[in-house]
Amino acid sequence: MRIVVAKPGLDGHDRGAKVVARILRDAGHEVIYTGLRRTAQQIVETVRDEDARFLGLSSLSGAHNHLFPKVCELLVNEGLDDVIVFGGGIIPFEDRDVLFSCGIKAIFGPGTPTAEILDFIVKACEISDAGVGQNGEWYWESSA
Amino acid sequence: MRGESLDLKLVSDAINGDRRSIARVLSSLENRSVSLNQIKAQFPLIFTELDTSSWSSIAITGAPGVGKSCLIDKILINWSSKGIKTALLAIDPSSPRTGGALLGDRVRITAIDDEQYKDLIYIRSIATRKSSGSAPLIVSDMVEFLSAIGWQRVIIETVGSGQSEVRCAAITDRIVVVEGPARGDGVQAEKAGLLELADAVIVNKSDISGASQHASEIKESFELGLGQTPPIILTSAISGEGIEVASSVLLELEDTGRSKRAKWRERLLAEYERKILESDKLEDILENLAIGSMSIEDALKILGDD
Repeated sequence: MRIVVAKPGLDGHDRGAKVVARILRDAGHEVIYTGLRRTAQQIVETVRDEDARFLGLSSLSGAHNHLFPKVCELLVNEGLDDVIVFGGGIIPFEDRDVLFSCGIKAIFGPGTPTAEILDFIVKACEISDAGVGQNGEWYWESSA
Repeated sequence: MRGESLDLKLVSDAINGDRRSIARVLSSLENRSVSLNQIKAQFPLIFTELDTSSWSSIAITGAPGVGKSCLIDKILINWSSKGIKTALLAIDPSSPRTGGALLGDRVRITAIDDEQYKDLIYIRSIATRKSSGSAPLIVSDMVEFLSAIGWQRVIIETVGSGQSEVRCAAITDRIVVVEGPARGDGVQAEKAGLLELADAVIVNKSDISGASQHASEIKESFELGLGQTPPIILTSAISGEGIEVASSVLLELEDTGRSKRAKWRERLLAEYERKILESDKLEDILENLAIGSMSIEDALKILGDD
């Protein structure tokens, strides 16, 4: 599976993104890491040019409610509505419903077992309408 | 795997420049669900109108850490400012254990972040995958497709060490070897290897001492040998020194011809390796080899008869 792991916005904390990239790699996926401080537009263009099936967004700056929906909107505008989006970082539970309603299919907070992220990937592949613009009901109930 | 029907609309959209369709066609070629021959059969015209007056693909290769990605970034900026459409295929290794890969070459490419250049640049990260021997030929199909749909120059950034990377380099029209300072004394430059295949050598990190001495050693080494000495250029991706010269020289780079035989040797080996890896008898043969009921000689004989 080709998966883009991205750090949107002004946020220099990339340990989490690198850990996730690493576990995805070790599970046999091809992970394209964007590096720090990408704009929503740059992330979407990377997903498009790399033909990625999944996009993982990491944010620890508190700007997730601004940046994540923007990325989802641009993905749909680009016709990439079948890309499956998940997020992680410092994202309070009360913020998550808004993100799910934008088409994000999982939010993983600190303390999530890495195996859970891999389970999510497998599960999401089985869901026919898990893409960001496919308006599916399903999302992953994460443990943290 | 093979024989999936070709999505004609997808290929047409890619030919018309839709980036998402380009990405998807490249994936089909990479996954071998579609072959380049299938595309050629349906769209023969785009392949016959290729401009052959100059080179279309170039490999940038060299040891890890000599600054290939940063150098390519500067070259992309230079070429884009001249209006040249360039695609970059950046190759990183797959884990032989899990098949996974971390593809991080994009991190260093800033050229595509520039609004005025981004339509002139296409970057695709490629993992060597489990069958590393077939990676070069898949890349070769991807290069040919990109050239056919109007990407004037295609750069292949190789991993930088190992035989399969030499092979990735050998499938391109031109090979550029990137070196850096403090890469050993003059004897290192004398040693055979990748340098023999070079149509140009770039000694990067010229801001660090020892770079110009290393460039002279490489030059001397070439002059002792037979044939034409390729251009040897000093650059610094950090200070920008030599970038304009390198960008212009590479655009006009001639095939030195010194490496023709060596290139064909690598292509032949790659093709042979692909033949073995894609043989439907391979699984049986491996099974028999493992339980000791077949010798390597017999296996080679069976594979050779294919």
